[in-house]
This record gives sequence, C-alpha cells and structure tokens, in this order.
Amino acid sequence: MDILLKGGHVVDPANNIDSEMDVLIKDDKIEQVAKNIKASGIPQEAKTIDCKGKMVFPGLIDMHTHLRQPGREDEETFLTGSRAALKGGFTSVLCMANTNPVIDNKGMVEYVYSESAKAGLINIYPVAAVTKGLEGKELTEIGQIAEAGAKALSDDGKPVMNAEILRRALEYSKMFGLPVISHCEDMNLSMNGVMNEGFVSTKLGLKGIPRTSEIVMVMRDIELMRLSGARLHIAHVSAKESVEAVREAKKRGIKVTCETCPHYFMLTEDAVIGFNTNAKVNPPLRTKEDVEAIKKGLADGVIDVIATDHAPHSLEEKDVEFDFAAAGMIGLEFALSLANPELIKSKVLGWSDLIRRMAVNPAKIIDLQGKGSLAAGSDADVAVFDAGAEWVVEGKRIESRSKNTPLIGRKMCGAVVLTIVGGKIKYENGKFN
Amino acid sequence: MAVSWKRKDLLDLESLSTEEIELILQTADSFKEISQRPIKKVPTLRGQTVVLFFFEPSTRTRTSFELAAKRMSADIVNIQTNASSLTKGETLKDTAKNIEAMKVDIIIIRHSSSGAPYLLAESISPSIINAGDGSHEHPTQGLLDIFTIKEHKKKISGLNVSIIGDIAHSRVARSNIWGLTKLGAKVTVCGPATLMPPEIERLGVKVTYDVKEAIEGADVINMLRIQIERQGQSLFPPIRDYSMKFGLDAEKMRYAKKDVLIMHPGPINRGIELTPEVADGPYSVILEQVTNGIAVRMAVLYLVSGVKKRIE
Amino acid sequence: MRFREKAKVMDAGQIDKALVRIAHEIAENNKDIGGLAIVGIRTRGALLAQRLAEKMRTIVKKDLPVGALDITLYRDDLTAVAEQPVVHKTEIDFDIHDKVIILVDDVLYTGRTVRCALDALIDFGRPKYIQLAVLVDRGHRELPIRADYAGKNIPTSQKETVQVKIKETDGTDEVVIAEKEE
Repeated sequence: MDILLKGGHVVDPANNIDSEMDVLIKDDKIEQVAKNIKASGIPQEAKTIDCKGKMVFPGLIDMHTHLRQPGREDEETFLTGSRAALKGGFTSVLCMANTNPVIDNKGMVEYVYSESAKAGLINIYPVAAVTKGLEGKELTEIGQIAEAGAKALSDDGKPVMNAEILRRALEYSKMFGLPVISHCEDMNLSMNGVMNEGFVSTKLGLKGIPRTSEIVMVMRDIELMRLSGARLHIAHVSAKESVEAVREAKKRGIKVTCETCPHYFMLTEDAVIGFNTNAKVNPPLRTKEDVEAIKKGLADGVIDVIATDHAPHSLEEKDVEFDFAAAGMIGLEFALSLANPELIKSKVLGWSDLIRRMAVNPAKIIDLQGKGSLAAGSDADVAVFDAGAEWVVEGKRIESRSKNTPLIGRKMCGAVVLTIVGGKIKYENGKFN
Repeated sequence: MAVSWKRKDLLDLESLSTEEIELILQTADSFKEISQRPIKKVPTLRGQTVVLFFFEPSTRTRTSFELAAKRMSADIVNIQTNASSLTKGETLKDTAKNIEAMKVDIIIIRHSSSGAPYLLAESISPSIINAGDGSHEHPTQGLLDIFTIKEHKKKISGLNVSIIGDIAHSRVARSNIWGLTKLGAKVTVCGPATLMPPEIERLGVKVTYDVKEAIEGADVINMLRIQIERQGQSLFPPIRDYSMKFGLDAEKMRYAKKDVLIMHPGPINRGIELTPEVADGPYSVILEQVTNGIAVRMAVLYLVSGVKKRIE
Repeated sequence: MRFREKAKVMDAGQIDKALVRIAHEIAENNKDIGGLAIVGIRTRGALLAQRLAEKMRTIVKKDLPVGALDITLYRDDLTAVAEQPVVHKTEIDFDIHDKVIILVDDVLYTGRTVRCALDALIDFGRPKYIQLAVLVDRGHRELPIRADYAGKNIPTSQKETVQVKIKETDGTDEVVIAEKEE
C-alpha cells in the first residue's frame, strides 16, 4: 500500500530539508518529498495520514542496543526489543555481541538475521565480537563475520584490554571496511567500581570508577586507530575529558567517531543517591560538568551519534544490593522524548542536528545504504513525532521486557505516533502491526 | 526536648537532625544506669522480636546489640551468614521478606555492601537498624563515639576531633563525620593518600596526610581499625610503613594535648594502629566506648520501637 | 487537649502542712529510721520526695537516702501511645536491699504508675517493705493498690484531672482540679 504523510514538518538533514512538506511512500521506498504533492501524482488507493503539527523524520538508527537474544530472553527478545524501538521511532538497531552464546562467529551472525526477521518489525543488524567469547585474547574470524553481514565489531560490555590485540583487530577489520566500536574502560582502574568516583561515591561509601579509566582508553584507542588507519567508533562517551580527547583527535584530522547516550546528557551521579540500582550504568553517570561537556560536544559535532545503550536487566538483577546489581538501563523508548526537552527545547541542538546524530550519522558510520535519508529511492523508514505530547513513564506501559530505568514516574516531552519500516506501518498510536 | 522521634529505622546519621542526635544521646544517658543494676533488665521490649541479621563476621557489635536487646527483654534471633552465599540463591530481599513473614519487630543488619539496609527499609515493615553497611555508615558506632566524647568533654561543639586511618573504607569515619560536624565539632581526617576518598573535604572536614598535624591540638583522636586483609592491594601501603607513619605510639603522643582522648572502634590491631602503651594508657577511653555502646543501642531500640507501632 | 481549671484544692501552705503530717506518720510507723529510704517517681513525685526528706530530717535529725525513679520503661501502655515518651534518668545510688522504701508520687489515680514503680524498684533489689506516700489520692483505682500516706483525699469524676503544680517545674505550689474542654 502507498502512504502519503500530509503536511508534517519534515526534518531530513541528508537532503537539507527542514520545513512543512508531504512525504509519499510507494511500496517500500520513498517516492517523493515535496510541498503539497498534487492529487494527480498520488495513487488512488494511497492511505493519507494527516501529519499537521507533527515532525516527520527518517527512521532513527540506534547504533548501540543489547537485545539479549539468545541467552536472556527473559530480559528482552528481538520481538520485544523491536516493539520498544518502534515506540521510540527507531527503525534500525545494532545489537551488541555480548549475548549467550556470544555473537563471535558467522553462524551467530546468521542467527541474528534469521531470528530477528521472524519478529519482522524493524531492521536488526548484528555487531560481532572482536575477540572470541569476549575474552580479549583471540581474534574472531572477522573475514567470515563480515561476509555474513555483521555491521561492526565490538566486545562492548568489556574493553579489549590488550592493546596489541586491538591493534591487530583494527588492521584486520580495515580490510573488510568494518568499524570497530570501542568500549573504553581500563579494567584495572575501574576494578570493582560501581559508580562514578567522586563526592557522591565518597558519601555513599561505594567503590568509585575514576573518570580516568574511560579517558585513558579513549586516548589509547585514538592512537591505535591512527596507527592502523582503520575505522574506530567510541561507544557511550560520558566524561568531559573524553569529549576533549575526541575533539583534539578530530582537529588533528583523525576520523574517529563517537556516541553518547541520553543518560549522559541528562542525569548525574546524584541519581544514585538512595542506592538506586536503576541509576547504575557503565560507564557511570558523571557530574554536572560532564553533562555540560557532553552537550557542548553534541552541539559542536564532536559527538557524532546519540545511541541508547539499551541494556535490559531483569528485576532479580536490579532489586539487590547496589554492589551486586547489574549495570545498565533501557533507553529505546525514551531517547527522542528526552532529547526533545534536554537538547531541542534548551537550544543545544536544532532538529536537523538531532536527526543527524540519531539517523544520518549512524547510517554513514555503519554503512547502511538507503537509510537515514528521505531522498527518493531511499528505504521507506519513517518516524512521525508529536513534540507537544506529554506522558509519564510507567513500568507497566514499558514495551521492553525489562523495566530497569531511573525514569519511572518522570514526565516525557513528545511521543512517537507513527513508525513506518520498509513502507509498512509497524506502529501507530500505541498499536503494533 | 521539643523534638520527638518519628523514624521507623535508623539507617544513617547523614539524614538525622541535630535535635534527633541529641535526643538519642540524652536517651542513652538515661539507659546507661540499667547496665549497672543488679538486675540488668527492663521490660520495655517484652514480647518483641529482634533479629540480628549479620552478613559479616562481627563479635563486638553483635554482642553489644544482643545485650542491649536482652536488657530490654526482647526476644533475639541471630542469623549469621555471608553476603556472597546469599547472592547465589535467595536474594537479600527474599530473605528479609521471609523474616518479616515471621512477624518480627526490629531487624538489625550488618552487611558488606553499602546501602543494603536501605533495600530492606523500603521493602519490609519491621524497623531496620543499620549495624554497619559496607563503607557507608555505622550510625550506632558514630553515636557511641560521640556519647563517650560528650561524657568526658561535656560538649561537642568547638572540639577538634581527628580521625586517623583508612578513611576510604571506613563506615565508622563517615558516621562520626556526619554526627560530629552536625554537633559543631571541627573534624580532621588523616591517612595515606591512597586511603583518602575523593572530595571528602566537601563533608566539612579538614584533610591532612601529616599525622603530627592531626595529633597536635586534637581534643579527641579516633584511630580507625585497619583491615589487614586489604594489604597487598595496590591502595594499601605495606603494614610496617603504615604503622610507622600513621600508628599512634608514645613518641607521637608527645605532640598530643594533655587531656586528649584516644578512641578506637575495636578490635585493635595492637602494634599497628596503637601500641599497647597508648591503647592501655591514661588517655584511652576504648573500653568506655564498649560500655556506652550498649546504652546507645538500647536508646536506639527504644526509640525506633515506638514508631513501628504507629505504622501498623 | 485543653483543660479548664475548676477549683484550687490545695495552696502552698496546705501542701507543706500535708508533707509535714506525712513525715510524722512515717516516723511514727517506722521505728527503725536507719532502714528508711525515700524514692520519688519522676517528675513531680521525685521533687516531692526531696521535700519529704527535708521534713524527715527536721523530725528524725537524720539524712535519709533519696532516689528518683523513671518508670517509662515499665509502662504497660507503651504500645498504645503515639510517640515514645522521653526516658529520664533513674537515680538510686544506694542499695535498697532490706530497706524500707517510701515510694512517693504526686497523684494516686488508677494505680498503674505505682505498679510500674514497684516492678522497677524490685529490679534494684529486695526491699523489706515498700510504703506508698502520695500528695493526692483521687480514687478510681484499677489495680489493688492503696496509699499508706495521703496528703489529701479528693473525690473526682473521671472527666476531671488533678494537677499538682510544683515550684521547680511549674513555677508555683498548688493543686487544682481541671476539666477537659470539649
């Protein structure tokens, strides 16, 4: 069926569009984006959806999710994760390799494609491990993994502590054009740490993770990238100095890219006070100064991407002593509704800047052809957002199978009302198709 | 006293007002005499069940709480286990819910993980008393230290109190800092830089790495216990070096005021934190701390036991 | 709850006379003066105990040991009160074993306070006798307890309250009957 999205405010930075326009979808492709598309140009059977007063974006792309399948289907599956993504306006996501078993061979990459296709809601692309079993010792069969269609390599959840191994991984992956996504954490410095090291950790008597554990690895990885000439993307940047290190590298012409997550531009370590395990995340929530630096990095383009690091955890893993609680929070359903007040309304970013970081740049970095753009002929992945809608986060209304978020009870600004994937309406006003 | 006690739980000193701390101290003062009677028992908690839920080995604190509860005629149940065995099967919360289902009134918890008592306080109805959580707080120890200081010095406000040792891992230090600063004392913390937590000066204390500076002019010196098990970890200096630099001996006592009080939460590593001549010397009030601990814990049991009833 | 004063039943002079009379009765009933000790129930009973000891001294020319008893921890209504009452110090720094204890309180009403005090006293040892002295006996006993010495018997209704005011705590010496205001 063909679809006409009428009169919405279209933000399509890849094509320099940021104004009221119509979007015409034919089959699974974008047919045309123009002002007042004439009736003569529209197939008779097309479904017209009035988007007046709403924002229309290319479908968002999340470079960083944990979908827990296989191994922890009690926490998330391709299906439940897809529903959470659709509610958040995401039409494509990368899922990290730290499942059980680990996505560290061709067969597992193929498994992700075939199993996620059964869910049939969004595009799910696997990230494969850099090292076998995420053990940091032996490289995976990168050539075969690339051939099977993995979009990136990462041991995310853990760093590759051995610099020599990361160097070889970068050199090897370069041959296949695969980016390496680096989880920057010096495990010796962060050992047993459970939150940001600083005043709050001192007050609560919790073992701190020094910001330095992230910074030194960002710097190391930038140098390894320079040495290898490969593509490197730094995951979940949280510290001010990490932003500065990337800024410096970019100035020096190193083509490193990096991402941050909504919790790093809107929450601080204060969220942990009261031993709130839902605020336990890795890297940990930092300080107000870091939040400001992250926002600045987003504003001046040093931070290329906003990803969610969607990390579902069961209640049993969270409703325990802070030291023993799993780190991570879910994010797919909230990212856009947090960026709206925290970045758009507070004038850190314009809409085009935001969509660049949530769709255009991710598509570029992981080389997703035909995505992140509404150009004619692109894949018809579209999100329609009502920026004025308000809602409150409630556990029972969360689509993700896990409810681990410090946002419960918080008012959200803006809601996705329609998500189209491959020309098909998959989500509309709270209903999935 | 104008303030009345309204807390179901005693989790920390951070959240207590000055008046609440004063009320506990005053109540403890009234309780002290009970332990000196021929019959050391009052019927106040008759028919109430107190559970001592200890996830860390402890003789001193557990005995002190147990005696406090027994002297108030409560029935006592001891549960001693370790945190890691629990994490494998039943969660802390499940265990607590089971204990709650047995209709107990007060749970006294000691746990190696900071914040564990809060997890209980928010999920079950019995009163929760924190008997030490990780490196966070040990409120009754803080209170008994303050009580002992006040007995000798008649006041807290304006006193110089130095806390020396492994500040980073010390729940005793944190509870002392909160209580003492609220009551107007000037607190100095001293220890090796590796054992000094970041930004601790924001708690309103002075930081020094020079033990002489911490001793000079101090009205009270509270020597923290060193966890010898931590030696060998990168953050801990070799024990001899620690003892030479930060241990209190007759030589270093020459810098101290004539009427200084020497305190230690116990058990003492003799020859490491304190030489025997200091530990057993005329300035030492270490055994008085132990005696006062019972009165303070009786006072806390009395106060929280009144509030629980209102919630039911 | 507010109270309206209805009548003043004793003034300072009458209180003093009553204490003198009680002191004489005690001296008369207890030939072994050396075995006597006085214990007052906090707050006002303890103050009256001090005064009674003064009176005894002029009569028997001897300082009797005086103690103060806080009965809060023995109350049988702790489970019913909204907030824990403040606990004050019990100060009995003499051995009560084999002594004749004159237990002093301001008002004898239901008898429950005296019951608490008896329990508390016995935790300090085994006195030979315990005799009860009160300034006012207002009736309405709920326990089998009676006063050995009473300054004044005042018949009251249960709606009323008897307030003993003592200079040290209330600024004046008097006893008034008051009634709850609706």
